[in-house]
Amino acid sequence: MNPDHILSVRDLKTRFLMDEGTAKAVDGVSFDVSPGQVVGIVGESGCGKSVTIKSILGIVQKPGEVVGGEILFRQRGNGAAAAEMVDLAKLDGRGKEMRAIRGSDIALIPQEPMAALSPVHTIGNQLVEAVRLHQDVSKRRAEELAIERMTEVGVPNPAERMSMYSWELSGGLRQRVMIAMALSCSPRLLIADEPTTAIDVTTQAQVLRLLRGLQQNHGMAIIFITHDLGVIAQVADYVVVMYLGRVMETGPVDDIFHNPQHPYTRALLESIPSVHALSREPLPTIEGSIPHPFNRPAGCPFAPRCVAAMPGKCDRRTPKPTQLNGGQSVSCFLHNDAAEED
Amino acid sequence: MLVYIVKRLLLLPLLLLVFSVIAFILIQAPPGDFVTSYVAELAASGSSMDRLQIDALRELYGLDRPGYVQYFKWLTRMLQGDLGVSLDFQKPISELIGQRLLLTVILGLSTFLFTFAVAIPIGTISATRQYSFFDYFFTVFNYVGVATPTFMTALILMWLAFSKLGITITGLFSPEFADEPWSFARTVDLGKHIWLPIVILGMDGTARLARILRANLLDELNKPYMEMARAKGMPEWRLIMKYPVRLAINPLVSSLGWYLPLIFSGSLIVATVLNLPTIGPLLLRSLIGQDMFLAGAIVLSYFGLAVIGTLLSDILLAWLDPRIRMEEA
Repeated sequence: MNPDHILSVRDLKTRFLMDEGTAKAVDGVSFDVSPGQVVGIVGESGCGKSVTIKSILGIVQKPGEVVGGEILFRQRGNGAAAAEMVDLAKLDGRGKEMRAIRGSDIALIPQEPMAALSPVHTIGNQLVEAVRLHQDVSKRRAEELAIERMTEVGVPNPAERMSMYSWELSGGLRQRVMIAMALSCSPRLLIADEPTTAIDVTTQAQVLRLLRGLQQNHGMAIIFITHDLGVIAQVADYVVVMYLGRVMETGPVDDIFHNPQHPYTRALLESIPSVHALSREPLPTIEGSIPHPFNRPAGCPFAPRCVAAMPGKCDRRTPKPTQLNGGQSVSCFLHNDAAEED
Repeated sequence: MLVYIVKRLLLLPLLLLVFSVIAFILIQAPPGDFVTSYVAELAASGSSMDRLQIDALRELYGLDRPGYVQYFKWLTRMLQGDLGVSLDFQKPISELIGQRLLLTVILGLSTFLFTFAVAIPIGTISATRQYSFFDYFFTVFNYVGVATPTFMTALILMWLAFSKLGITITGLFSPEFADEPWSFARTVDLGKHIWLPIVILGMDGTARLARILRANLLDELNKPYMEMARAKGMPEWRLIMKYPVRLAINPLVSSLGWYLPLIFSGSLIVATVLNLPTIGPLLLRSLIGQDMFLAGAIVLSYFGLAVIGTLLSDILLAWLDPRIRMEEA
């Protein structure tokens, strides 16, 4: 593992074993996260981005299971570099060691704050719980810390909010509370799972700005999951494009937007509505729909929908990621003939 | 919260008034009256009464008046705290049912607590270990529990206890304590006897509530707040007890409104079979003998217990669920 990285996911494979068959939700995903970097994972729904982060957190529920690969995470501490490394994929998701990392070193901002908060426990109760799970402090002190965090994320009258319930807050405030909760133990890696999907556009911009600011102040790394390329452009330094459980292309945000190499990335970018486009012009869409995970196409998963697909090649073998100049990496036979071994 | 409780308490007298009318109509519904069945009883034992004597008896008890007059006389006396005299026993009704009512309430509430204490762990484990041996075992056990009539369970247990262990398990007290005043020793004796009726009466409810909890909990276990709590690093069992179980118990508490009255009145047959000194067997006897004032008082106390049960469930639900609390205040 590169000493610069805080997280290094290598060939991660997560499967769901069901009666109907095996769904390869994540099938050989690799990417790195450096300290202080915002990595955006983008893809359509069902592409495996949520399962990827659940695998990192060790909260994949049955019948799902991490079946292969490594999730190397650099733990807090000042010891020798080798001793600080831990492979999260090898830890028991419910075990003590994993639980000590989860919520403390790696924190989650969930997709729907309303559903992620208990409706019958106060905001304060849930914030204090998050603090006290990892820090040996009194209830009083935990309350003070919770109020401090809420102030930091811009919740007005934080002391009053402590005794309120989730359904008494607005959508934007709820998301701020979730962010305060995630920050409660000063994580070094923050995972944001479509944090702006459930809130309206004006609030979205505020939350994104807030996350950017927090990231700079705390020097945290963020993995930001979204299906919205516009959001990625605003927050990410580095982008991972996923399709059907595989990484199609990765690279610095500017390269991905201005010089996309994979046909899927290009198709995604073309389907973004633009204010500069001619009016009444139909928006380009990607032909076809995502195949069912039980029924994955052979070869490159995008081949059946790809405009540049080469029959006899793309539908037979799976392309290997190829490093291009300038930090970009792409898995496509247009760039390299090397295929994955089956 | 206080407003909520007061609002409900204010409804109580009105409800009881309505119930008193219903109770009176129900009791008057069968043809004939107490004197008719008294005469029949006399005839069965060989003696008889002449017309004049019968009319005198009717007049004495006010049975010759129209129904509404009888009702208002009854209501007025009840409001003054006088439940009247049992025609059959020739004793004040308050004396007859006082002790029995207390035992009915003790038995009902203990059964209720037993039900929850057993149903919650069974439901929780069945849901969290879905399709395990434990889950299947209790599924079968619960169906048997729901399907077997309680008096049947009572009879089987009585027979088993008598034939295998040689003990009689009827009543709530040993013979030496039956008519004693309350004492520590009598309470201990009650404890020794009451567990069996509790188990018998509670089995049905336990099975039902465990099924309800299991279904509710299975819904809750996939909610996003579970994932969030896990992501916080919370130990699995602690989070299950704090969030989903807490939320799945709410519908269970609202079932309390119908379940508590059901325990009180549903115990009638079991109490008769087991010869328990509760108000159930007394109601049965008073109905057969058309002892209208006694039957009226008992039916009304059942109504009263039902209303209190509903009230308790409302209060408990408001206390448990802030969403209900805020809505009502």
